[in-house]
Amino acid sequence: MTIRIIENKCKGCGICLNHCPFDALTMENSLAVVGPSCTSCRVCIEKCPFDAIELIEVEKEKVDLSSFNGVWVFAEQRNNQLMPVVFELLGEGKRLAKEIGTELSAIVCGEDLDMITKELLDYGADKVYVADNKQLKNYRTDSYTKVINEAIEKYKPEIVLLGATHIGRDLGPCLAVKANTGLTADCTEFEIDPKDKKLKQTRPAFGGNLMATIVCPDHRPQMSTVRPGVMDKAVYQKGLTGEIIKLNVVFEKNDIHTEVLDIVKTIGEQVSLTDAEIIVSGGLGLGNSEGFELLRQLADKLDGTIASSRAAVDAGWIDHSYQVGQTGTTVKPKIYFACGISGAVQHLAGMQNSDMIIAINKNESAPIFETADYGLVGDLYQIIPSIIDSLYK
Amino acid sequence: MKIIVCAKQVPDTNEVKIDPVKGTLIRDGVPSILNPDDANALEAALSLKDKNQEVNVAVLTMGPPQAKEMLRECLAMGADKAYLLSDRAFGGADTWATSTTIAAGIAKIGGADIIIAGRQAIDGDTAQVGPQVAQRLDIPVVTYVQDIEIKENNAVVKRQLEDGYELIKVKLPCLLTAVKELNTPRYMTISGIVDSYEKEITVWNHKDINLDPKDCGLNASPTQVFKSFTPPKKGKGKIFKGLPADITSKLLAELKENHLI
Repeated sequence: MTIRIIENKCKGCGICLNHCPFDALTMENSLAVVGPSCTSCRVCIEKCPFDAIELIEVEKEKVDLSSFNGVWVFAEQRNNQLMPVVFELLGEGKRLAKEIGTELSAIVCGEDLDMITKELLDYGADKVYVADNKQLKNYRTDSYTKVINEAIEKYKPEIVLLGATHIGRDLGPCLAVKANTGLTADCTEFEIDPKDKKLKQTRPAFGGNLMATIVCPDHRPQMSTVRPGVMDKAVYQKGLTGEIIKLNVVFEKNDIHTEVLDIVKTIGEQVSLTDAEIIVSGGLGLGNSEGFELLRQLADKLDGTIASSRAAVDAGWIDHSYQVGQTGTTVKPKIYFACGISGAVQHLAGMQNSDMIIAINKNESAPIFETADYGLVGDLYQIIPSIIDSLYK
Repeated sequence: MKIIVCAKQVPDTNEVKIDPVKGTLIRDGVPSILNPDDANALEAALSLKDKNQEVNVAVLTMGPPQAKEMLRECLAMGADKAYLLSDRAFGGADTWATSTTIAAGIAKIGGADIIIAGRQAIDGDTAQVGPQVAQRLDIPVVTYVQDIEIKENNAVVKRQLEDGYELIKVKLPCLLTAVKELNTPRYMTISGIVDSYEKEITVWNHKDINLDPKDCGLNASPTQVFKSFTPPKKGKGKIFKGLPADITSKLLAELKENHLI
C-alpha cells in the first residue's frame, strides 16, 4: 500500500501537513508531497477536505493463510520458573483463541520441563510443545530461534505471542525474520477483526504520545511481543489436561555461536511492580534520594511498594528496576500515588490504567493532574507525613 | 578491525507535545537528534578505537537526506566514515524491511568484525531492527549489551536482564545492541567538528545496494499501520488545595467512602 496525492484535487491547503503524525508530508509548488517517512497510516486521507489523498494497493506475493491455525504463546522460563508474563499471555491467548474458534498452545524450551508443562496445562493451554534439551537450559538467541522456528514451520500457528521481556524482545525479531513474517513490539491491546478473524495489534509509539494499531495481513504467523503487566492473567485450575507434543531437538556444530558464561543477579529480589496493589511512586519533585524513604514509609503502611519515574532513575536516586513508564514497567495497581511526578506521556504510558491515581505535586499546572482521580496541590513533604499520621489514627 | 555502527535520526520524543484541541502530535520545532541508544553504540565503537588505532569506525543510517546532519555529528564525535541509505523506495519500511535495507548496506560496505546498534530508537521503541539485521547477515547477535570486552576472535559481553545480567561469550563477527548503561557518549570537539567537514558522507540508493524496490520500504513490509490515534485521556478528577492536614483528611474521607482503605 502506498499513499498518493491526487494532484488535480489537491488545493495546497496544508491541512494534511499539520495532521501527519510522522512528518512525512511537505508542500512543493502548492501541492502536498509524500516523503519517505510515510507509513500509510491514513490520517491524512481522513483529514483531507478535498478527497485529494488516496491509498493504492500494491500487488504482493500471497501466502496461503488458511494452512495456519492456532494461537501460540512462548512460555519463557528462567531457572525453571515461568516468567509472570506467561500467565498473562495464556489469559489473553485463550481469549483470542476462543474468538477465532481455535486452540491455545504453549511452547516451552529448557531442561527438565515436566513440572512447567503441567503448570501450563493447568493455566489453560490446550497443547504444550516441549523442547527439552540441556542445550536449552538457559536462553540463547541462536539455540531458541532455531528450535522454535522449526516448530513454527512444522505446526504453522496463525498467532505467536511473546512477553516483551529482555528475552522475548530478543527472540521475537529473530523468529520473525526466520519465519518471514511481521512482528509488532510491546503490544498493549489485541482485537480480532470480526470479519476476517485477523489480529489487530495496538501499541504505543512516539514514547506513548501516539497509539498505533498494526495488522499483518498477508504473512503468517501474526507475531507480537506483549508488554508485561497489561493483560489479565489466566485462571489456574488444577488437573486440567491437554496434549503434550515433544519436539525433536538436534543441534549441529555450527548452530550455536554463543555461550552463557554466568548469570548474575544484581537485585536481591526482583521488584514486583506488576503484582503490587498499592504503588507509591516518586519523581524529580522528591529533590533527593532520601525522599524515597518517606515514600517507603507510606508504602509499608499500605502494604504496597515504591516505584519511580524515569527522571528519578536518571538522577541516580533509585535503581532502574523501580521505573514505571514507557521504558520501564507497566503497572495497574488499585492505587497509584504519583508524588512529585510531573506526568510526562512516557510515564503516563506505564501507569494510566491504574484503578485510581492520586497525584501530589506543588505545581498546580503539572500534567499529572489531568490524569489523576485525586490531585493534592502542595508540598509532598508535608502531605505524605500527614497521610501517614492519619492512617495511624 | 572494522566496526559498523547503525544509527538513526529521530525526533526528540521528550519534546513532542499533543495539541489539546486537535488531539494530534505537534512536531513543529521538535529537534531531530541522534537516537540516544545509538550514541551509546557509537561511543562503544570509539572507545575500542581509542585503545587500538587500527580500529575503523563507520556509521550507517537509513533515512531522508536530512539524516546527513546526524551523520556529521557522528563524524565530529570521531567516526571515520559515514553512509546514508536514502531513497523514496525505502520509505514506510517496518522493521522487517528496514533490516533488509540495512543488511544490504552493510554487505555493500564489505561487512565488519563487529556491528553495534542501539537497543531501540525512541520514536518506535521496537528494538527489532538490530537482531533482524543480524539474522539477515547470518551472524550471532547479543542485545541489551551493557559491557563489551574483545578477546581475540570473541566478544565477552554483559547482557542486561531485568534483575541482573548474563555474561555471554560470542564469536566474531557479531552484532551487539547497546543500552545506556554501556557508557557515557562523548561530546563533539571543536576540531572534530572542523574535521567532520573534510570527511565524505556516502549516499546510496536502492540500486547502489543491489535491492529491488519491491524488496524494500512499504512494499516489503509485512506489517501495516491500520490506524493511529492519540491515547484517550482520562477525565480530570478532583483537586484539593489548602492546608496539608485539611486536604489529606478530605482525600482519606473519599478513599474510605469508596472502601479503598
